[in-house]
Amino acid sequence: MLLDNLLSIIIFIPLIAAAILGLFLRGNDEAAQTNAKYVALAATIASLLASLFLLAGFDPDDTGFQFVEEGTWILGLTYKLGVDGISVLFILLTTFLMPITILACWEVKDRVKEYMIAFLVLETLMLGVFCALDLVLFYLFFEGGLIPMFLIIGIWGGANRIYAAFKFFLYTFFGSVLMLVAMVAMYVDAGTSDIAALLNHNFGSDTMEVLGVQILGGMQTLLWLAFFASFAVKMPMWPVHTWLPDAHVQAPTAGSVVLAAILLKLGGYGFLRFNLPMFPIASEILADFVLWLSAIAIVYTSLVALMQEDMKKLIAYSSVAHMGYVTAGIFAANQQGVDGAIFQMLSHGFISGALFLCVGVIYDRMHTREIDAYGGLVNRMPAYAAVFMLFTMANVGLPGTSGFVGEFLTLMGIFQANTWVAAVAATGVILSAAYALWLYRRVVMGDLIKESLKSITDMTTREKSIFAPLIVMTILLGVYPSLVTDVIGPSVADLLSGYQTAVSDFHATSQVADAGGH
Amino acid sequence: MSADLSIILPEIFLSVFAMIGLLVGAYGGKDKLAPLFVWVTSALLVAVAAWIGLQGAGMARAFGGMFVDDAFARFAKVTILLAAAAILLMSEQYMARRDLLRFEYPLLIVLASVGMMMMVSAGDLIALYMGLELQSLSLYVVAALRRDSVKSTEAGLKYFVLGALSSGLLLYGASLTYGFTGTTLFSGIIEAAQGETSVGLLFGLAFIAAGLAFKVSAAPFHMWTPDVYEGSPTPVTAFFATAPKVAAMGLFARVVHDAFGGIVGDWQQILAALSVASMFLGAVAAIGQRNIKRLMAYSSIAHMGYALMGLASGTAQGVESMLIYMAIYVTMNVGTFAFILSMEKDGQPVVEIDSLSLYSKREPVKALAMLVLLFSLAGVPPLVGFFAKYSVLLAAVEAGLVWLAVLGVIASVIGAFYYLRIVYLMYFGAEESELDAGGSGVLWGFLVVSAAAMVLGVINLFGVEGAAAAAAATLVN
Repeated sequence: MLLDNLLSIIIFIPLIAAAILGLFLRGNDEAAQTNAKYVALAATIASLLASLFLLAGFDPDDTGFQFVEEGTWILGLTYKLGVDGISVLFILLTTFLMPITILACWEVKDRVKEYMIAFLVLETLMLGVFCALDLVLFYLFFEGGLIPMFLIIGIWGGANRIYAAFKFFLYTFFGSVLMLVAMVAMYVDAGTSDIAALLNHNFGSDTMEVLGVQILGGMQTLLWLAFFASFAVKMPMWPVHTWLPDAHVQAPTAGSVVLAAILLKLGGYGFLRFNLPMFPIASEILADFVLWLSAIAIVYTSLVALMQEDMKKLIAYSSVAHMGYVTAGIFAANQQGVDGAIFQMLSHGFISGALFLCVGVIYDRMHTREIDAYGGLVNRMPAYAAVFMLFTMANVGLPGTSGFVGEFLTLMGIFQANTWVAAVAATGVILSAAYALWLYRRVVMGDLIKESLKSITDMTTREKSIFAPLIVMTILLGVYPSLVTDVIGPSVADLLSGYQTAVSDFHATSQVADAGGH
Repeated sequence: MSADLSIILPEIFLSVFAMIGLLVGAYGGKDKLAPLFVWVTSALLVAVAAWIGLQGAGMARAFGGMFVDDAFARFAKVTILLAAAAILLMSEQYMARRDLLRFEYPLLIVLASVGMMMMVSAGDLIALYMGLELQSLSLYVVAALRRDSVKSTEAGLKYFVLGALSSGLLLYGASLTYGFTGTTLFSGIIEAAQGETSVGLLFGLAFIAAGLAFKVSAAPFHMWTPDVYEGSPTPVTAFFATAPKVAAMGLFARVVHDAFGGIVGDWQQILAALSVASMFLGAVAAIGQRNIKRLMAYSSIAHMGYALMGLASGTAQGVESMLIYMAIYVTMNVGTFAFILSMEKDGQPVVEIDSLSLYSKREPVKALAMLVLLFSLAGVPPLVGFFAKYSVLLAAVEAGLVWLAVLGVIASVIGAFYYLRIVYLMYFGAEESELDAGGSGVLWGFLVVSAAAMVLGVINLFGVEGAAAAAAATLVN
C-alpha cells in the first residue's frame, strides 16, 4: 500500500532525486545544468503533490499520531514516523516552499548540480524532522540539516561566507549536542525512544541538587534547559541570535529563503513537541523567563533592524523579532497563544521567504544589498513595487494578511499569561511598522535619481510566478485563518489539557507537601 | 596439548607463514618478491579473518587459561586482520614508488598482527606482555622503515624509547599485581581482587592502566603519537592509526573486565579521567595543526577518548559501544588515509592541508567522499560516525556518568572545527589545488567504499551491532 508509507515517500523523494543527480548526471555544460534544475524542480513538486494526499487524508479531530510507520532500526532505536495536527502543516509549508526555492535559484551558474543536490538533501532532512517520532531519528534529521546548509552558505554565499558558515555550524552544533545528552538521558529514564510514548511519560520533577545548586523541577528542568539550548539557538532567540544575521547576509537568496522560512521553524516545532508537553512542570517554572526573553527580543531586535544598512540584515533581524512572538506564544501555554505561535510560524514562512526573494530580485540586477544604493524603484519596476508593498505590509501585520492573525493571536495569548510582557511585546508591532515602512520608502519610493538604476528592468515572468503562490497564501490565510486553526486546534487543545493536568497535579502535591511540612 | 594448539591454530598459521616468508625472501629474490608478498599476505589476512569470523559461538581456553578464544577476541581479531589487510593493499603502490617496498614490510605487519591477536586473547599477564611486545617490536621497525630519512628514524627511535618506558610501567604494574594476588592468571586475579582492595593492588592497576594508555595513545600518555605519525611513512601511519588501536583497546577491555572486573569503581575513575583528557587534548591541539598526519594523530587521540568513555562505563553495554566505536573508527580511518595517501604533487607526497584548497573542483568525487568521512569523523548525523558517538554516550549515561557525556559532546563541538576546516579548504578555498589528479585505483576504491559505508551504514550498521553485543556479553558477566 502506497498510502501506508506516504510519509516515507514524501521525505525520500527529494533524496532519491539527489542520488540520481549525483550518480547519473555527468558533465557540467549548459544542458546538464538545465537537466539538474528540472530534476530538482520535478522532485520537489512530486513531494508537494504527495503531501497534498497527506492533507486530504488527515483527520484533524484525531489528536493522536496519524500515518504512523514503524520499523526496527539500529542500537535499540525505531524508525518511526507520524504526523499530528501540530506537524502536518509544517510538512506542507516545506513542500510548498521548496519548488519556489528551486525556481528562485534558476540563475545560479556555479556548480549547479551540487547546488541542487544540497537543496534536495536539505529538504529530505527538514521533512524528516517534522515526521520523526523517535528521539534519535529526530536528532538525526535535525542535525543533519547543518551539513547541506553549511555547504550552501560556504560555497555559494557572499564575500564573508566562510566566517558565516563556520559561525552557523558551530553555534547550532553546540546548541544541539547538549540536547543529544538530554535525549540519551530520557531514553535511559523512560526505557524508550518513542516520542509518542515519551509524551505520556512523567519525567521526575522533584527538586534535586546539582553541584551544590538546588534545582527546582529537578530532572525536568535540566532536560528542559538542554532542549531549550538547542531550540533557542535554532529559533533564534535573543541573546543567541547573532549567527542568524551573518548567515542570512552571506547565504545565497535561496539559502536565505530556506533558512528563514523553514529552518527557523524547527526550533519552534521542537518547543511544541518536546519542551511544552514532555516537561510541563519545568515549562511552568521557566515560562516567565522565556516570556521576558521574547519581549526583549522583540523590542531589541526591532530597534536593531531600524538601523541596518543592509536589506538582508534588516529582514534577518525582523525575523528574530517575529520569532519572539512565537516563543512567547508557545510558553503562554494557552489555546490562543499556541495556535497563534503555529500560525505565526507558517505565516512568517511565506512572508519572510517572499521578502528575501524580493531582495534577491534586485540583488540579481544590481549585485548590492545596500539600502542606500536604491531609491525610486517604483518608477521602473511597478510590479515589483506592488509585490514588495504587499509583503512589507504583511510583515508589519496589516489586517487582511496572515501576519496580522499570527501577531494578534499570540498577543492575546501572551496577555492572558503575563500582561506586562504583552504590553512590551505589543510595542514591537509599532517598531516593525517603523523599520519595514522606512525600508520600503528608501528603496522603492521617491525619484529615481541614481544613474545605475536608470536601466533596471521589472520582474520577469519567472519571478512573477514565484511570488504568485506566496501572495495567494498570505492573503488567503489573512482573510480565512480557520484553514489553519481548524487543523491545529484539536491537537493543540489536547496538548494543553495534558499540560494543565500535569501542572495542577504538581501544584496540588507541592501544596500537600508544604502543608505536611508545617 | 593438541587441543590447545588447535585453539591457537590461526596464530600459528600466520607465524609459520611469516617465518617461511622470511626465508623465501632472504634466500630468494629479496625485494623483487615484495609486491607478490603484499598481495599474498593481504589475501591470507582476509582468509584468516573469515576463518575466525565464521567459527561460530563458543568459548575455549588454552594453556591453562593463558589464552582465551571467545566472541570478544574474535570480534577484535576480525577487525584487526581486515584493517591490516586493507592498509597493506593501500600501501603497495606508495611504498613501491618510493623504494620502500622491502619484502620484510608485509611480513612485519603479519607478525604485528599475530601479536595483536595474542593481545586480545590474553588470559594472563605474561601472555599479555608477550603479545604486546611482539606487536611493538614489529611496529618499531616499520616506523623506521625509511632508513635514509631523519624523521622516519627519529619516529622509530622515539616510538621505541617511549614504548619501552610504557612496557616498563606495565611490567611494574604486573609485578605488583602478581605480588598482591599471587597469580598472573586473570581468572586468579579477579578472585583475589574483590571488594576492598589493597593499596598495592591499586598501584598495580594504575601502572598497568598507564602502560596501556600509552599503547592506545590516550592523554596524558599521548606524547609520542604526533611525532611518530608525522615521521613514519604514510602507509605505516595509517597502520598505526587502525589495527594497533583496536588491539590495545581490546586488551584494555580484557584486562579491566577479566582481571579487575570485581573492582569496577577503582578503574572507572582512571578511565574517565583518561577519556576526558584525551577528548579535550585531541580536540584543542589539532586546531593548530597544518600537517594532515599530525592532525590525524590528534584526531585519533580524541577518538580514543570516546572509546575509553564507553569502556569507563564498566558495563557490557560499555564494552559493546567501545567495540562498535572502534569498528566504525577503523573504517573511517582507512578511508581517510586512502585519501591522504593519494595526496601527491608531481609524484611527491604532500601533507600540508593548505594544498587541498579548492580540491573539489579538481576531483569532485574524491572531495565528496572525503567530505562524508570528515563529517563522520566529527560525529555529525546522519553519518555513521554519529552512531559511534551516540552508542558510547548512551553507555556512559546509563552507567550514571552524565558529566562525562556532557564533557564529551562539548569536546566534539571543538573537534568539529578542524574537520570543518578541511571541508572549507576543499570546497570554499581561494586558489585551485595543484595536487595531482587521478591516482591509484586501489586508493580510490578504499576511499569511496569507506565513504559509502558511512552513509549506507545508517540503515543497519552492517550487522556490527549484533556481533559487538555478543562479544561484549562474553567479556562482562
